[in-house]
Parts: sequence; C-alpha cells; structure tokens
Amino acid sequence: MNKNAVSPLMMRAKAAGSSVLSSLVCILMGLVLGYLFLLLLNAEHAWDDGLLPIIKGGFKSFGNEALEATGAHMKPLGMEIAEAAPLIMTGLSVAFAFKTGLFNIGAAGQYVLGAFGGLYCALVLQLPWWVCLLAASLCGALWGAIPGILKAYLNVNEVITCIMLNWIGLYGANTLMYQGGNSPMYFLKQAKTYTVASKSPSSLIPSKIFGWDLTKTFNYSAMTIAIFLAIIVAIAIYVILEKTTFGYELKACGHNKNAAKYAGINDKRNIILSMVIAGALAGFGAGLFFLAGVEQYNPQESTALPGQGFNGISVALLASLNPIGCIFSGVFISHLSVGGNAMKQSTFPKEIADAVSGIIVYLCAFSILFKGFFRKLFGSKLFRKKEGGAKK
Amino acid sequence: MAELDQRPSAKVDHSEQQSDYIIEMLNITKIFPGIKANDNVTLQLRRGEIHALLGENGAGKSTLMSVLFGLYQPEEGCIKKNGQIVKINSPNDANDLNIGMVHQHFKLVECFSVLDNIILGVEPNTAGFLQKEEARKKVLALSEKYGLQVDPDALIEDISVGMQQRTEILKMLYRDNEILIFDEPTAVLTPQEIKELMHIMKNLAAEGKSILFISHKLAEIMEVADRCSVLRKGKYIGTVNTADVTVQELSSMMVGRPVQLEVEKAPAKPVEVVLDVSGITVKAKTHKGNAVTDVSFQVRRGEIVCLAGIEGNGQTQFVYALTGLDDMTAGKITLCGEDITRASIRKRACRMSHIPEDRHKHGLVLEYSVEQNMVLQRYWQPEFQKAGFIKFAPVRAYSDRLIEKFDIRSGQGSITQTRSMSGGNQQKVIVAREMDKEHDLLVAVQPTRGLDIGAIEFIHAEIVKERDAGKAVLLVSLELEEVMSLSDRILVMYEGEIVGEFDPKKVTVEELGLYMAGAKRDTPSAKEGKQ
Repeated sequence: MNKNAVSPLMMRAKAAGSSVLSSLVCILMGLVLGYLFLLLLNAEHAWDDGLLPIIKGGFKSFGNEALEATGAHMKPLGMEIAEAAPLIMTGLSVAFAFKTGLFNIGAAGQYVLGAFGGLYCALVLQLPWWVCLLAASLCGALWGAIPGILKAYLNVNEVITCIMLNWIGLYGANTLMYQGGNSPMYFLKQAKTYTVASKSPSSLIPSKIFGWDLTKTFNYSAMTIAIFLAIIVAIAIYVILEKTTFGYELKACGHNKNAAKYAGINDKRNIILSMVIAGALAGFGAGLFFLAGVEQYNPQESTALPGQGFNGISVALLASLNPIGCIFSGVFISHLSVGGNAMKQSTFPKEIADAVSGIIVYLCAFSILFKGFFRKLFGSKLFRKKEGGAKK
Repeated sequence: MAELDQRPSAKVDHSEQQSDYIIEMLNITKIFPGIKANDNVTLQLRRGEIHALLGENGAGKSTLMSVLFGLYQPEEGCIKKNGQIVKINSPNDANDLNIGMVHQHFKLVECFSVLDNIILGVEPNTAGFLQKEEARKKVLALSEKYGLQVDPDALIEDISVGMQQRTEILKMLYRDNEILIFDEPTAVLTPQEIKELMHIMKNLAAEGKSILFISHKLAEIMEVADRCSVLRKGKYIGTVNTADVTVQELSSMMVGRPVQLEVEKAPAKPVEVVLDVSGITVKAKTHKGNAVTDVSFQVRRGEIVCLAGIEGNGQTQFVYALTGLDDMTAGKITLCGEDITRASIRKRACRMSHIPEDRHKHGLVLEYSVEQNMVLQRYWQPEFQKAGFIKFAPVRAYSDRLIEKFDIRSGQGSITQTRSMSGGNQQKVIVAREMDKEHDLLVAVQPTRGLDIGAIEFIHAEIVKERDAGKAVLLVSLELEEVMSLSDRILVMYEGEIVGEFDPKKVTVEELGLYMAGAKRDTPSAKEGKQ
C-alpha cells in the first residue's frame, strides 16, 4: 500500500502546479481572444498597436536605445510596480473575505475611505507616513465592519450592503475632501487635493530601502517601498490563514458555518473580524497608492468607484484566493493596465484597451474551472502509474 | 426455486429460463477512476418475485441501480429485458422499459396534492388542458387494487411519511411500471408502517409486478424477499433463496466474515446523575407551537439512555437545545452539578461530547483534512496551539494515533481531504474525535446512520465501552434495532414530548411502535409511578 502511496509533498506540488498552470492557460486564452477582438476592429494595427503593447506592459521602452541611455526606459516598469501594490492589497482584501465565505464586493468603498483617511492625516494633520497608512487601514476597516456587523447580527447579505456602502463611501469621501472648495485638503487651482509632497513630505512613503533609492533605479518619482509593504502584508495574511488558530477558525466559518458553530467557534465575531480585516487591507492599499504620490485625489470628478476595488476581485480569483498568488496576479493586472494605457495613444480608443483587458480578466475567472481539469489530468496519470506499479 | 446460486457462472443455463427473467444485468463491470464500483456483477430478476439486493455501504448497490437507470454506462456486461438485450442510455429509456423506483428520499412536490404528484410529468391533457378526472379514476382504481390508501386531494406536506411512500408507489403504478425498485424503503417508517409496506410489496408481487428491494436490514429481507443477491466491495458474492439461509449466513455473505449481530454488554451499573434536564421547551421553527415540550429526564454515569422516536418528533431540536446549537424557551440543564442552561457551546463541550445527527452539516468541515477535523473541538487547547499558532506536529501525531486506534481508512491518512472519504470513515472521524476528547456525557445522535454492518458493530462496541468506562451516554436513534440492543433505558418521544419510559428487556418492538406513532402514551401519573 505504502509503496504506491503518493508523498504529501508531491500532492501539494501537484495541486500548486495545476493552480499555476490553469491561471497561465486562462491568461493565454484571454490574450488570444483579445487579439481576435482587435483583429475584428482593425486588422492592420491589431498586433503592433494592439496586442503587442499589452504584452509588453511596463517593459515597453526596453530596447529603445534613446530612452535606455537616460534610464527613462525603466519608468513604465516603475509605474507598473507602483500601481501593483494597491491592487495586491485589494486582491488580498477580497481573497481574505472569501476564505470566510464572504464576498467583499465593497473593497472599492473601503478603498475610497482609506484614501480619505490617509490623505486627511497627511494633508491636514501632517503626520508621518506610517501613521497615515495606519489611519487609511483604520478607515477601511470601519467601512468593512458595517456590512460585517449587519451580516452577523441581522443576517443581511453582505453583497447588498457592500454595494450600497460603496456609493455612500464614495460620495461621502468626495464631500469631505471638497466641502464646496473649502476643504483644507482641496487645492482650488488644480481642482484636486494638494499633493502630499507639497503639504507634508514626511507623509510620503519612503523610496529608499537600505540605501537603495528606488526612484533613481526606476526613474519614477512615485516609486516607493509600497510594493515591499504589500508583499510583507501578503505573506502575513498567508501566515494568519494557514498557520494560526484564528485562520483555522475563519476558514472553518467560511467552509461550513454550522460545523464552526458546533465546534464552539464564535461565528458572529469571526464574520465581523473578517470584514474588518478585509476593509483594513483595502484601506491600506489606498494608502499605498495616494501616499506614494502617484496621483492626487479629484473629489469632483470621482463619480465612479476606483477600479482598484473591483480589480481586486480579478486579482483574488486569478490567484485562486491564495494570498501569495495575489502578489503575482496583482502585478499582472497592473501590467495589463499599463499596457492598455500605451495602446490607447494610437489607433485604438481607450475603451478598447479596457475591453481587451476585461476579456483577459474575465477568462481569468475561469481559472478555477481549469484547475479542476488539470487536477483530473494529473490524477488520472497518477492512477495509471499506480496500476502499472501494482502489476509488477 | 430450490437452487442455490453461489457463483455467477453457476447459472449459464439461461436459455431454458430466459422468459422467466424480466430483467437481467449480466456481468456488469463499472470502473471509476481508482475503483471498480461493480466488478462482474450479475443480477437476474424473475417475473413476479421480490428480489433483495443486499450489501454494505460502498458495496456498489447504488452504482448498479444507476447503471440500470442509464445514469452510468458499464464498461462491460449487458442488460436484458425479457431475454432481449437493451441499451439504456438515460433514465427516460429506463422509464420506457417500465422500470420505476421509489427513492430513499422521496421525490415529491410538497405543496402539490397527491394526485398532482402522481400525474406529474405524464399529465393527461387535451390540447394542453389538464384532464384530471380521468387520472383520478385511474389512481383510485389502482389504489383499491393494491390496497394503497391515499387521499388524492391531500397536500403532500400534510400527510404522513407512510402515505407519501404510497404516493411514490402509485406514481410507478400509474406509469404502468412492471419493475419496481425500492431503495431502503423502511428507513423512515414505524414498525406498523413497515408491516403494511411488506404487505403491499407482497400484493404487488402477487399481481405480477417484479420488485427489487434494496436494503441492509436482514430481518426485513428474510421476511419479504424470495431471493437475495449479495454484493461486497463491488463484487458479486452470490444469490440465495431466503428460505434456504439464516440471518447469520446472509450477514457473513455481506460482510465477508461472521458478524456479531447482538451487542454484547453486561447489565448497566448506573451511578450518580451526570445530566439532569428539566422542563426543556423549544419553540418550533416551522409552525406555531413547540417543537419540544416540557422534557425532563436524567442520565447517570454508567448507563445508556436512548431517546427513541420517529424522525421529526422533536429529537433534533432537543439535542440542539442541549448542546447549545439553538436556543430554548424554558427549562434547565444541569451537567455534573453545574447549571449550563446558558453556557456557550464551548463551555458545554468541555464535559460533553456530541456526535451530531448530520455529519456533513455539523460534524465535519469537508474541505478540511482529516487532521484538521480531528482537532475541530480541541485546536484551541495548549496541546495544539501556542500563542495562536497551530502546532502542526502534535496535530499530526494526534490524528495519526486516532486513525490507527479507530481504523479510519483514507487515501492519504491525516492529510486526506475529508470530502473524498466514504461516509463510514467520515463518521469514524467524528466518533474518534468525540470519544477521545475529555467528557463525562456522550450525546450520540444517530451514530450509525448510513453505516455498514462492520462499522455499526464497531461503533456500538465503542459506545458500550464508553458506558463501562463510567461515562453517561445519551443515544438518540431512529433505528429500533439499535435502540433495543444498545440502550439500558428507553424514552419515547412523540410530538416533542416524552410519552413513555421503558426497560428494553421488558418491552416489545410492537409496544414501542405504538408509543412512537402516538397511538399510546403514559399519563403523567403513570410516568411518575415508573420512576
């Protein structure tokens, strides 16, 4: 019996292998489908101005000698990495809630609240960057707590409350940051919030790590240690979920609420905590974005929810809800959006770029389907080997 | 009828008896990845006979029936009807061949009337307009012919389980089915209803219907079946005339070794009271009124008290209230002298182990591995965690030890995903966890539900060991056999109340049945007198 038994490590490797493989197949299929779409629209430019920039993403200027001479070719890559950090965080937010059986579609709202909290501490209170980040997380956590409490005590579906809170959060934050132009955070001349750099440079997330100046390497002023912070948080979330009793309880609640109750786990507390942490993660992501100085917030024009919130769902699904996987899928989604931006300047309108990345992201959601397929494939191979062994 | 077919090859002479068999499944082999669910199985059903199909869980009974219904295609073998080879690709084909089945869990529309359920799918109509009168006449004629009393206009949700089953049988007869399959039909019935069903089955056979009776209850097979085919681990063991064999022989054919049918136990030596419940009342979720009304009793150390009753008479709700899974409106629970009426589930679990009724709903997190489920009640104890971090090595060691001790079989031991295991082994995981955990009281609800004889034997022995080790055991069971053989004291529950208390040595199954069906009850004063 034991001779043919598969070692646990092998099993894990196989499972991980099928996860990664399925994600890669989805990406490939998405690219092919997106390309077909581009061919239909404008066959002549479909490759050069369409798919190629998307594939290149942040590496688009590599090979351009003029830019390489000045080091400017690194800038798009810097942008890709800088924008990946908040995506990783919203992805983690969604994935974490999913593990507890909750669909956190409210990451966008929590993200906006996080942006407000972070910017308020930076622009008005002028606190150090790490305090601002904590404040961003706190605001996100508060916004996540509301659907959690409603779900736990009144059994209100979190999807509905999250969606409503998204809009309440967006317009609430807009109002607070604008206040008819009188907000201390609002810079009338630019019709945006003040830049963090101009009001409180100490609130900017540092760009140097162990003496290594990231802004120089990437030739991009908003390149900060945010990506490292995101990676550290992702690892921490992984540890919480896989190695602690808290994670054990959360996952038990997610998989089987009744069994969790039977085991004496306080399911109400866990539902709320899970949403609080998910909200904190989304808020932290907003902090990483706005405190890096990538962009200023525009309270008057922000009438749509930030894409990072919803892209978090794609990031989480593409990563098969694995926190470590979120790091890679976050970078990938960011790669697509940087590539899409490069595309829109030429023949294809901006919306087409979004549509193509949409197709890819959409197919990414199928990764779970493919996972089952690859697992079967591996499984049957395994079985055949076993049978062969038994015959000997 | 006198031949005793022990091997499939023993009956090659079907040329002679061809017309005798209405349906034949010859040398069926069905392979699933990793397992041969049916390995060269032959089943031959004679016209007008009651043929039992006996086997433990996972023996391949369901697979064989699914093959007959066209849900699976066999790798080898063929199906013949009246000697002609037929191809069954879907349940519709099976229907066309007049094969019908009463499932263990009825397939009825609750808010439809009996008549509507019977004609569902084959509604008589003219140009799309229902013609119910015609149907009603046919149904009434059928019900008279076979003695199947039903009220055609009653709603399914209002009628008894027995009548629901008769509705299912009428459904088959209405479709002029000749081959009737009964899948574990007695599981939900009272002893009286079982008798009635046996009578109906015999009637049907006498009228020329052929019946396939799937069961693991040996006594019923002996009573009603003419012949019995036995499967074990996917293999065909043989077909016997029930008149020629004893229950013992049948059970060893099924399990593959002699089986202890009776539970061996010494007389109980009850000591001090461990559990004392008084006046427990629980509000019903599905109707106004109470699911449990004023239930009071005690369980002592060293005795097995059994709460018997037909499904849905408040046992589930009582156990939920006792274990803290649900609230109660009134009453007091004392465990080892401590009032736990309002204690949390975890607090109760410190002295109380609970084998829940529904292993998938409460007992297990199916996505978790075996070892994770093994510590479901204990992961927070210092033995298994430090500062909130799970200590993986002790968890693995603990799980491995229980797997060894309780002989739990799974693909990869402790790291097997629980979902992939058989029902019996899943149940063993729960039993192992709950029995190994520190406790004074064991609440075991249907601990052997859906298990095969081997596993039942094992769990029964473990429960008796518990008792002898000085634990108090509260057993809740729907299986009268289990109630009679295991308990030291029987409490019968009917419509949320305790209607009688009995000594299993002094009461008959028939007597219990009357109490379970609500036909008889002890007056409160009589109850007092017994105590």
